[in-house]
Amino acid sequence: MASNEEIQAGLAEIVNEETGLAPEAVELDKSFTDDLDIDSISMMTIVVNAEEKFGVRIPDEEVKNLKTVGDAVTYISNAQEG
Amino acid sequence: MNQNPLREHTRVMGFGSYRPDIIVTNEDVCQWIDSSDEWIRQRTGIVTRHRAAEDVSVIDMAEGAARDALAAAGIDGSQLDAVILSTVTHPYPTPSGASLLAERLGATPAPAFDISAACAGYCYGVAQADSLVRSGTSEYVLVVGAEKLSDIIDNSERTISFLLGDGAGAVVIGPSDSPGIGPSIWGSDGSKWDAISMTGSSLQLRDHAPEGKAAGRIATANVEDDVAAESLWPTLRQDGQTVFRWAVWEMAKVAQQALDAAGVKPEELSAFVPHQANMRIIDELAKKLKIPDSVVIARDIADAGNTSAASIPLATHRLLQENPELSGGLSLQIGFGAGLVFGAQVIALP
Repeated sequence: MASNEEIQAGLAEIVNEETGLAPEAVELDKSFTDDLDIDSISMMTIVVNAEEKFGVRIPDEEVKNLKTVGDAVTYISNAQEG
Repeated sequence: MNQNPLREHTRVMGFGSYRPDIIVTNEDVCQWIDSSDEWIRQRTGIVTRHRAAEDVSVIDMAEGAARDALAAAGIDGSQLDAVILSTVTHPYPTPSGASLLAERLGATPAPAFDISAACAGYCYGVAQADSLVRSGTSEYVLVVGAEKLSDIIDNSERTISFLLGDGAGAVVIGPSDSPGIGPSIWGSDGSKWDAISMTGSSLQLRDHAPEGKAAGRIATANVEDDVAAESLWPTLRQDGQTVFRWAVWEMAKVAQQALDAAGVKPEELSAFVPHQANMRIIDELAKKLKIPDSVVIARDIADAGNTSAASIPLATHRLLQENPELSGGLSLQIGFGAGLVFGAQVIALP
């Protein structure tokens, strides 16, 4: 089970790998599309890699609700507990 | 009672291609949908796609690719024992396109049949041809993937039409002294039957087309019915996110299984030829499979778009033409698409 900080760091690593964005830029209040300029295909790649890394399932219909990095951290954290 | 003696090995003897003349650029596409060259390139890697003229049929393209493959294999059409046509765009439920193709190639009375496995159709065909030859049922089998997808798209929609191109690719498969086709890993997942599908069945055209327009490609006027006029002619749609995710996540596993079943490591490959659906899928699959830089990765999609069943043989043939040194090396090929269906195998390149 990863802490929220570990989830955020892990997500930052995945985002960095996919987009080249500096991991420090992946802050909790940042919007994936508006602030980090991540397109829908990159978002799916990030979701697939996050599922693998954190051992959780993020259904397609949930992805659109993950607007900010914080949303994704919360979702993954809850999914790990569940 | 006798049974056929089995053969130990099979191989792909030659590839062939047919690329139709009309080039559709991203600028052309942007006349139909609100997009830009940059957006399309960035998200799909596609720069152009080929489309066939109205008077060029799926069978015309299949014949072109087949003749090319027969010449490369060094055999005559009359020597074929089976003709398999993978297509979803032969516009007759029956008779099959394959029987007409066989006749044109001088292969009559070879058994001939179509298979409907969309973008996995070519790999499905290779799986069947391999089995037919090894079981002793056939000696030389032609597998053609041919598509005229431009007949089943709606240029104004933006989920899939702008990705698609027309074309045909073919292989001849026959007996071999050494292993030339690894075990096929193939399957389906009908729980995602509608992830890539048509807007309706052809019956809606019969039942709802206004008088005198039933034969038209798109009925446009005065449809006093609950079916929207533009949807009468069934065209393709996809749920891009679901498909992308399935393609990257599940197909990486299937490709890995094909490698494992063949006993081949990524670094032992010469080429990696995934279905040319989207450059981002190609890149992501290569990353997940840890394909090393020494392996040539097919990226025909940039010029050809997504040609469904034709994409793998078209892309492989091009790799062989541009890199003749690949001949004799191993190629991992994987097709996946509407169904959902998938098929993968390692082959020795002719």
